[in-house]
Amino acid sequence: MSTATASPVKAVTRYRLFWPAVVLAVLLLANLAFTPDFFAVHLQGGHLYGSLIDILHFGAPLILVSLGMTLVIATGGIDLSVGSTVAIAGALACLHISQSASPGSLGTVLTAVGIALGTALVLGFVNGVLVARIGVQPIIATLILMVAGRGVAQLITDGQIITVTSDPYKLIGGGYWLTMPFAILLSAVVVLATVLLTRSTALGLLLESVGGNPVASRLVGIRAARLVALVYVFSALCAALAGLMVSSNVSAADGNNAGLWIELDAILAVVLGGTSLNGGRFSIGGTVLGALIIQTLSTTVYTIGIPPETTLVFKAFVVIVVCLIQSPAFRAKLAGRGARARRTARPHAAAPKNREVGA
Amino acid sequence: MNANALLTRLRGQIPLLVTAVLLVSMFSVGSVQYDGFFSGQVVLNLFIDNAFLLVVAVGMTFVVLTGGIDLSVGAVVALSTMVSAWLVEKHGWPPLLVIPLVLLMGTVGGWVMGWVIHVFEIQPFIVTLAGMFLARGLCYTISIESISITNPQYTAMAQTRIPLGSLFVSPSAVIALLVVAVGFVVLHYTRLGRNVYALGGSEQSALLMGLPVQRTKTAVYAISGFCSALGGVLLTFYMLSGYGLHAVGLELDAIAAVVIGGTLLTGGSGYLLGTLLGVLVLGLIQTVISFQGTLSSWWTRIVIGALLFVFIVLQRLITARRR
Repeated sequence: MSTATASPVKAVTRYRLFWPAVVLAVLLLANLAFTPDFFAVHLQGGHLYGSLIDILHFGAPLILVSLGMTLVIATGGIDLSVGSTVAIAGALACLHISQSASPGSLGTVLTAVGIALGTALVLGFVNGVLVARIGVQPIIATLILMVAGRGVAQLITDGQIITVTSDPYKLIGGGYWLTMPFAILLSAVVVLATVLLTRSTALGLLLESVGGNPVASRLVGIRAARLVALVYVFSALCAALAGLMVSSNVSAADGNNAGLWIELDAILAVVLGGTSLNGGRFSIGGTVLGALIIQTLSTTVYTIGIPPETTLVFKAFVVIVVCLIQSPAFRAKLAGRGARARRTARPHAAAPKNREVGA
Repeated sequence: MNANALLTRLRGQIPLLVTAVLLVSMFSVGSVQYDGFFSGQVVLNLFIDNAFLLVVAVGMTFVVLTGGIDLSVGAVVALSTMVSAWLVEKHGWPPLLVIPLVLLMGTVGGWVMGWVIHVFEIQPFIVTLAGMFLARGLCYTISIESISITNPQYTAMAQTRIPLGSLFVSPSAVIALLVVAVGFVVLHYTRLGRNVYALGGSEQSALLMGLPVQRTKTAVYAISGFCSALGGVLLTFYMLSGYGLHAVGLELDAIAAVVIGGTLLTGGSGYLLGTLLGVLVLGLIQTVISFQGTLSSWWTRIVIGALLFVFIVLQRLITARRR
């Protein structure tokens, strides 16, 4: 009703992806000011090169992890174990390839990928059972794997960094296909498949229903427990794929540092994309934008020459600001303050409006 | 008291009993297995090596009892070591000024987080996560490298040994035990303690009964912030350096200690002395691994994870049956 009567400008700013897109555009333009050929993409030896391609390339693992996290958060949960899953998947795959007699053969690499994804399936299932069947809070349930998972990854790699030389494996995270980095194509396919699965079937709606009100969903006949378990499995699979990408890109598995802090970046990406942490609705497009914002932020910090570690401070402020904007209580207080100011001017007009915003 | 009521009472104590049995059996097995394990000094070393964890875990117990969580503790510990080292070494401030300043910083930081959590109704998890980002980031804005401390007062605190017969403890261990004692009194014998349990039991009811919900909530996060800063000060005595990578993952150890100590993660039920047992269990795991010699340090994390798993499932089963 209000959107129909509002001006076109208002209609655009109300669009869900508007603000994330604006932030991303501003960040990219800020980069242009520092590096004039920032937007240049050129073809060299049949491969595309350029800063934009780099952002997509290095952002691919984060996009995948955030994708899984989006669906988990849509059900009102959270998955802290993705970082450890990234490390475990990379470690298992690299261990298998390094121990194999023919590390360069396609069969070896496919087995390695299979082992990594299969293990992730089991890990995700454990998380899912803990949350959906036993009823442990998601933060705590996934915290267990987050603590123990790094230990397991170090156990697999024996505390060392396993390096591998295998061309088919290198393709996953560091190779090119059809002039594009393979990692970009792979993450694009997974994102598209997920969008199709959740938006052209009822699956997305069911997930949002479970996130909005699990009890009501169960009462209308949705198998809430099964759906919740499913999203944790999906999240673990996405994380494992990201782990393969990360380890493939550097041709090495580091049990200690692979995927460190990625769970926090993923949560940040999801929140930036406009998905509420309380569950009940989600936006995959927003998440992809959010992940790209974070990757661009990291790239910017490197290009400007600020110590990379201080990005954490920026991220902290971003998290707080975004969460405050999302918080109904904060908006009500802001509106309340505005209403009070108006009330002193016009005593009768503002009172009912204030109540409406508060609810 | 009839048998049924006794059974219900006992059921609530199961996690604590399991922890106590675990502690005794781990110590017994260690004593049989390794030479020199069965000694008073090994027990005292548990307190010396884990003094900072114990202090942090006491603060975490308060937060968890209200049904909240504080993920910023490890980062605040790191920031405290960093600020102490920076002010003492680079600016030549006296430790007697620096230490109260660091403690104040932690308390105010915790208070602000508690205030944001309550007033804007944002989940504690996300607010303290932002606090964690902020504190770690601030460490690196001070310095990316480790700053070692050579100040005589700090080295004195690190080297002082308080004799206990033929054995000894460090001043840090004594401070940690004092914190436990104060925490115990506050939780079980003051109005604030009652309010903490009430808030964890049901925030709605606490509010309806007219309890100061906002004051209690900001207080527990302020307490946790103070304990983290104090933990940081004790860690500075222990490590004699400030570093942004100190105490990575400490928040998880603290939560694990609280859970293993029998405090319910949903809030409202738990014991501060249970947390003490939890810290001792974690410390003993490390001791066993160092005595074993052939086991690598990552086994610590795996064993802690497995213990956390067992205790959380145990808690769920017990509370589910009670309902």
